[in-house]
Amino acid sequence: MKYYSPRLALAVIFLFPLIWSGWASVQGPDGFTLANYRSITGFGEGLATYVGNSLALSGMTVVGTLVVATLGGYAFARFHFPGKNLLFLAALAILMVPYATILIPLYVLLDYVGLQNSLLGVSLVFVMFQLPFALYMMRNSFEAIPREIEESALVDGAGSFRVLLSVLLPAVRPGLVTVGLFAFLASWNDFFAPLILLSDGASFPLPVAVVSMTQRTFGAIDYGVLQAGVMVMAVPCLVLFLVLQRYYVRGFMSGALRG
Amino acid sequence: MNDVVTSPTRLRRGRALAGWAYAAPAAVIVAVLFLAPLVLVVIMSLHKWPLLGPARPNFPANYTKIPDDPLFLDSVLFTLKYTVIITILLSAVALGLALLVQDRRRGVGFFRTAFFLPGAVGFAAAALLFYGLLNNDFGPFGFLGVNWIGSPNMALTSTILLVLWRFAGFDMLILLTGLQAIPIEVYEAARADGANRWQIFTRITLPLLRPTLALMLILSITGSLLAFDQFFIFTNGGPDNSTVSMVMVVYRNAFFRFDLGGAAALSVVLLVVLVALNAVQMRILRGATTR
Repeated sequence: MKYYSPRLALAVIFLFPLIWSGWASVQGPDGFTLANYRSITGFGEGLATYVGNSLALSGMTVVGTLVVATLGGYAFARFHFPGKNLLFLAALAILMVPYATILIPLYVLLDYVGLQNSLLGVSLVFVMFQLPFALYMMRNSFEAIPREIEESALVDGAGSFRVLLSVLLPAVRPGLVTVGLFAFLASWNDFFAPLILLSDGASFPLPVAVVSMTQRTFGAIDYGVLQAGVMVMAVPCLVLFLVLQRYYVRGFMSGALRG
Repeated sequence: MNDVVTSPTRLRRGRALAGWAYAAPAAVIVAVLFLAPLVLVVIMSLHKWPLLGPARPNFPANYTKIPDDPLFLDSVLFTLKYTVIITILLSAVALGLALLVQDRRRGVGFFRTAFFLPGAVGFAAAALLFYGLLNNDFGPFGFLGVNWIGSPNMALTSTILLVLWRFAGFDMLILLTGLQAIPIEVYEAARADGANRWQIFTRITLPLLRPTLALMLILSITGSLLAFDQFFIFTNGGPDNSTVSMVMVVYRNAFFRFDLGGAAALSVVLLVVLVALNAVQMRILRGATTR
């Protein structure tokens, strides 16, 4: 009991806001109601638009990060080429440079290349921010595979790309899940980059859309609807985290956060 | 015969080419989306760069006008104050939580998950959650009669509660990896020598945890100096501009004053200070690791 009671009390404190938000989102003047969720579906451009934007943004970020980090991790783990160390250091340097300070030039740069106000542009920026962690993680995953496994395939005449697809990819699956999970959580939840890089309300992802809902209405915020918005944003992350927790913790254990 | 002599070289060259091909997408992203903006932000800071229309060189005006912006100077002081307070509190709470759940016991997984779970929620969503939670008409704490974001001090206090709730579990996970890297034998030897719990904590746990603590501090300090979401969403800089962070001023200069050059100059200053700070901290961290 002496062990459990303080921990249980703390767990209640940490879980309480989430539980309260879920409860508040289904409360009306007359008790239980789904009215908050019904009214949030109609706000702005329609909730479906914002959910679609968020899904597209996260989908492109996850796929982009996985492809770039898998190919790059394979290159760093198994090949020698001029400039290899320099490129790896440059990618890790992304961690050293504060995120917020390069968004202003990115805003101008994306405009130059015709990606202003585009979810694709924002997702490319997210891929860049994920790169240090993702490359480090995938390089280590490939390095952990014994070389003998692919050497027999190479001797049999398979090209390096076929070896990657058929022999190595299944072996680095846990690393892929970790990288994908981090990329999803970061891109689904990020607020600042889309706020700066997107100007058209119809292309806003959920966080920017819901925040702009509260700031546009000034004093007349419907807090129940707001908590429904919080739940729409939070529940996918909570579920994914609970299911894939093992992979998330692996990301911490890998030391990749150290950069 | 000829084949046997040339093939290793050709093979090596082929492998190098393949390596470049695999690394090419990463190289393009690093070059276009990271190195190019780094150069561009410096160029922009040397120009009068409006949101629309052509840019004109105006060095050093964007830099010399920085001290004339009282809101920015206030934001520097406020951000530093916030960083000191939140870093101390966050380290203390995270270390406490990590120590509470470091042993493998029945149910410990539940506690770890419970403490971390707020970290899975986006920061923007967490800020909106607290916006309702700490609203006296709507939230459950109205009976306390506290005006959570009515005064500058309370606005800061409420923001700190939000950040502690959202990030303590995240930092706990980082510290937990350090705690679990300490071999059990070290504790057993100390206990055999008659050390008590406090002695074990101060003489063994803390020194061996130093590299991990340093990493947590770097992440916390950098993150806090760049604070934006919590003050933009939760307090909206108020009351009376008392919670305006440095990055909020950068944002305001760029998108409300349409002065991208000025915003770029502030970015460059922030960038230089933070990279220098990171380098110093990294050196301390590395020193701690090799010891």
